This record gives sequence, structure tokens and C-alpha cells, in this order.
Amino acid sequence: MAGINSSQNRENPFKQNWFVTAIWLLVICYVVYSFNAMGLSWERFNEGLGHASNLLGRMVPPNFSRWSLLMSGLIESLEIAVISSICGIFISLFLGLFAARNMMPSWISTPVRTLIALCRTFHPVIIAILFVKSVGFGALAGILTLVVASVGFIAKLFAEAIEEISLKQVEAIRATGAGFTSIILFSVMPQVFSRFIGFSTYQLDSNLRNSTMVGIVGAGGLGGTLFSAFQRFDYDFVAAILIIIIALIMFGEFLSNIVRSIFR
Amino acid sequence: MNTIDHHWQRFTLKQKLSRYAVYLVLVIAFVQSIQSVEVIPEFLLDAPEQMADMFSRMWPIDFAYYPVAVHDAMVETLNIATLGTLITLIFAIPLALMNASNIVNSAWCHWISRFFLVSSRSVNSLVWALLFVSIFGPGVIAGVLAIAFRSIGFVGKLLGEAIEEVNMGSIEALKATGASWMSILLKGYWPQVLPAFFSIVLFRWDINVRESAVLGLVGAGGIGVVLDDSMNLFQWDRVAMSLLAIFVIVILAEIVVVNIRKRLI
Repeated sequence: MAGINSSQNRENPFKQNWFVTAIWLLVICYVVYSFNAMGLSWERFNEGLGHASNLLGRMVPPNFSRWSLLMSGLIESLEIAVISSICGIFISLFLGLFAARNMMPSWISTPVRTLIALCRTFHPVIIAILFVKSVGFGALAGILTLVVASVGFIAKLFAEAIEEISLKQVEAIRATGAGFTSIILFSVMPQVFSRFIGFSTYQLDSNLRNSTMVGIVGAGGLGGTLFSAFQRFDYDFVAAILIIIIALIMFGEFLSNIVRSIFR
Repeated sequence: MNTIDHHWQRFTLKQKLSRYAVYLVLVIAFVQSIQSVEVIPEFLLDAPEQMADMFSRMWPIDFAYYPVAVHDAMVETLNIATLGTLITLIFAIPLALMNASNIVNSAWCHWISRFFLVSSRSVNSLVWALLFVSIFGPGVIAGVLAIAFRSIGFVGKLLGEAIEEVNMGSIEALKATGASWMSILLKGYWPQVLPAFFSIVLFRWDINVRESAVLGLVGAGGIGVVLDDSMNLFQWDRVAMSLLAIFVIVILAEIVVVNIRKRLI
């Protein structure tokens, strides 16, 4: 019966992972250090909670009386999102193709990849500031900002999608004597098109979100209205704007789900 | 039946029509937006000149400004991003558990958690920062909470999806031994979710470093405050210094994350 009683010196299946434990210890040390370094304290937080209830009290009921101002901001945000998404996707189609290493020689793809990475590095708000300085306040700065942001994001994804295609179809089309444009249209695009649609609808969503934000630095849209409402302490109007923004984004997600199911 | 003459089509008529409808709607929306958006053409023509002017003012980058103000602000930015990511976990993990259908099997819980996750994601981090600045006053605490609340949706959604993909075999084995609810979570789910968990958190940290760099524009601490101040004073050489610092930090953060993820996965 020795086989049954041998459980004494069996290894514990749930043994302590020292590496993970060390990481957790480090995290705790870091939290203590950073709370001290930044001067965060419980009193400060507690004091804020009183303000929070005050703020929330002033937010309800949301004030929709300045309906026309809200609508004009909303429409401008929508226009910025639509124009910048379409321009951004159009530019990204070409840049993505040029950045794909299996389609292009490296002397084309490397500079294009660097350009795309550069577009992605800075937060849209920083790009918006630079554009507001160069083209003035208004929707144009917002559009240019979101075009740059879209290029940085989807051109990279397009390039990665093109790099993952099967080259057999490309060879088959090339064997028929097709030119470069036909190879792209009939062998590359059919393989990546549904993924492109997925990326594009995602980008449309995120442009919709960002178009409500770039206004904070003066680049047009609902963000400017929101920021000035905050500065004038019109918290009931702020609540109305926030509700409209959330509704707009949910509507956008609903629409992009429909588009995705059509192109599946 | 003669199959040779059969004309093959990739899509049915309905698919084609709905696709063309999408294209049509897009073109109409684009044309409509172009016509009604308020763009002043003179400003667009003027843009290259203005940009050249801006970059010429930026050019001799004010490196002497780095030890004066930029360094401390950069450290603060990194702290905001890291602490914000850690605080997110307190809210995101319970919401992720509620959102995973193999842990909580109730439609009500799913709707509640999804509501919180979606509203966290819909409100931009700058808007969260505005809210928290008006609650806690300008400063680091508003930045940390803005980053934390913005990240809940992202971390919670991805973590919930990772939990749903867990292999249920070991969970059932644990259940069969009569393990308690807590030990099933800790010894069954947790080890399987661990790699996904770390890569989600690192990914979000990378995004948060970028986002915390701009929170200062609305007064929520970090390098953005320095950037805003020098911009309001038209000290473009200092603006260039801050931008360079942000650029370097963002690149470094990305390199760190990519390397750690390579080790983990």
C-alpha cells in the first residue's frame, strides 16, 4: 500500500511564484513612494469628496435650454469626424501599401514607416495645439489633427494586414500578366478588405470621440462648448453636453456594428 | 445543366446593394460636411508660412530649461500614469469579473458592468480631467483620477474577454475538489489570465504615459502644465523642449513595454 501513502513528500502544486511576489512588493513600495512624492493625502481626497457631491448636485437636472448652441457644436464635431476619417483612411490606404515590407522595397517602406510612427507618437491634443497655431482657431485645425492621428493609427494596421497576406494569390495574378494596379486590386485587396473595414470603422469611432475633445484647445467642435461651460461653472449645461457626447458615441458604435456586419 | 457557362458572383444582390448603400451614405455625408463646415480658405493658404514661422521660433531648443522645470514635471507625469494605471485595477478587476459570462451568469450584472465600462471609455481623459479638476482643484490628484477612470473601460473590457477565454478544464477540476469560490478564482482563473493581465496593464500604461502628458493643459499636473505655461507666454523654444521631452519619454515607454512583453509571452 506504499503507493497510496506517499503523499507526504509530494510537491505542492500551488507553489509560491517568487518572481510575481517580488513584482507585487515592488508595486506596493512604489505606491507608498509616489503618494509621498506627489503629496497626495487622505485629507485632500476627503475634502474633494464634499465638492464632488456639490458638483453632482449642480449637474442635475441637465440643462438643455441652450439647445441651438449644443446642436451647432455637435454638428461641427460630426463634420470634423466624417471629413477627417474619410481623408485619413484614403491617405492611409496608400501609405499602408507603401509601408508594407512584402510589397515595396525597403528604401520606400522604411521612410514611410518612420513617417507613420511620427504621426502616432504625439497625442492628438498636442498636434491640435500646433495646428491651431498654424491654421488658426476652428474646425480646420481639428480636421488636420484627426487626419494625422488617423494616419498614425490605421496606416500602421493596414501595413501589418498587408504583410500577413498569402503571396500565392499575388503570384497567381502576376502569372496572368497583370500590371501593378491589377495585382493590388485583385490579389491584395480581396484578402485584406474586411480587416480594412474593421480598422476604418474603429477609427471613425475614435475620431468621433476625439472630435469632441480637440475643441478644448480651440480646434472646433463640441469640446470648445464643453470647456467654456466648465469655465463658467455652468455644470448643468456640462451635464447636458456630456449626455449628448455619450449618446453620440453609442450611436456611432451602433452604426459601425451595422457597417461591419454588412461587410463581413 | 451546363456549369461551364454559369456566371459566378462573389456577392448576392442584397450584399451588393447594402454595400453600395454604405458607400453612397459615406459620399453624401462627406460632401455635406465639406459644404457646411466653416473653413476659412485664407487660413489654409497661410498655413505653410505660419508653420515655418512656428518652427523657426522653436529652433534653438532651450535645453537650459530642462533642469529648471521640465525634469520634475516629467517625473510627475510618469507618476501620474503609473499610479493611475494601478488605481484603475481596483475598479477594473471587479467589473471584468462581473462582465465575464463564465464567472457571473446574470444578464443584470452584465448590463451594469457594461454600462460602467462604456461610460468610462466614452468620456475622454481630458474631460475626466476637467471634471476632477473642478472637484479636487488643479493638481496631481485630478490627473491620477482622470487617468484611472479613463482606463477602467479599456482594462475591464479586455480583461473580461481574457477571462472568458480561460480553459474551463482546470476550473472544473478545482470545483470537483470542493474548493471555495475564492480559491477557484485565485488558483484556477488567475494563473491562466496572468500573461494577458500583465500585457493589458503594460499596454494601458504605455497609452497612459501619452495621455498624462497632455492632462496638464486643463490643470491636472504633469508636463502639460509646463507646456501650457510656456505656450501662453509664447516661449516657443521652451515649448520645443517640453515636446522633445514628451517625445523621448513616449519612445522609451514603448521600448520598455515591447521588451517586457517579449519576455512575458
